[in-house]
Amino acid sequence: MAKEFEITEEMRAQIGRESPPWIHEITTTSVRAFARGVGYTDPVYFDVDVARKAGYRSLPAPPTYLGTPVFIPGRSSDTFSGPTEGQPAIRHGLSGLLDGGTETEYFEQICAGDTLVVVSRVAGLDVRESKSLGKMLITTNETTYTNQQTGKLVARQRGQAIFY
Amino acid sequence: MAVTWESIKEGDQLPGLDKNPGVTQLVKYAAGSGDFNPLHHDYNFPQSKQIGSIIVHGRFKYASLGELVSNWLGHNGRIQKLSCQYRGMDQPNQPINCRGVVKRKWEEGGKKLAQLEIWTENAKGDKTTPGEAIVAF
Repeated sequence: MAKEFEITEEMRAQIGRESPPWIHEITTTSVRAFARGVGYTDPVYFDVDVARKAGYRSLPAPPTYLGTPVFIPGRSSDTFSGPTEGQPAIRHGLSGLLDGGTETEYFEQICAGDTLVVVSRVAGLDVRESKSLGKMLITTNETTYTNQQTGKLVARQRGQAIFY
Repeated sequence: MAVTWESIKEGDQLPGLDKNPGVTQLVKYAAGSGDFNPLHHDYNFPQSKQIGSIIVHGRFKYASLGELVSNWLGHNGRIQKLSCQYRGMDQPNQPINCRGVVKRKWEEGGKKLAQLEIWTENAKGDKTTPGEAIVAF
């Protein structure tokens, strides 16, 4: 728990920095794995025939699922599965991490068979104080998801992470 | 029976979705989402010890709110926007009850839209994950 924490110029310089693009895949197996992880029983997320009858091209990505980052040992995070190369990094020295919030806007249907090009950038930094966690750094990231086949922006996500 | 824009009205409650995820469910979610933060499965992880337990992924609760809305829509509409904030931690083997209510319905640019207030509640009735959804029919 930090008593004092300040955003440095070095941290502020990361705002607006974009990550290199990375691929997220949506496959029938990955949709089933996610739907199973959430606890869905709706067959539309498991059975391709049922999904087609419901009007989808294949199994649709359940809400909040935006594909699985392609995992390559040494180039991906062992913990969060996302890429580690060239990512904007805030060197804050805080060890605790909690998720703060998530907002996703959807523009197009996302289905198994799609590959998404994902680019993330630091949108903002903020310091807040809580009674239980002390001084906290709140980072806001904005990530865009573009269908590689069609070139269309399919989703945009803003997320807050809390470091303490 | 899938819901329709014409049939809903402001104040309608969505059918509740009650969850009580155990560690195995969280492990399945970790595998499905790719989030292997030990805080969600390893009781010996320093942050888990500090908190006194592993905790449910915030994103599991977010995805569960998505499931609440998906079940209600029955593929008769699509989610345009879904958001939530992780205000309180939830531990495994505790109730996480997903709830929602229709706040507003309107037409805009030829689209039939509805705004939903959504949240998860714990056993005490605290809203640990308040959020909002915009759906188009």
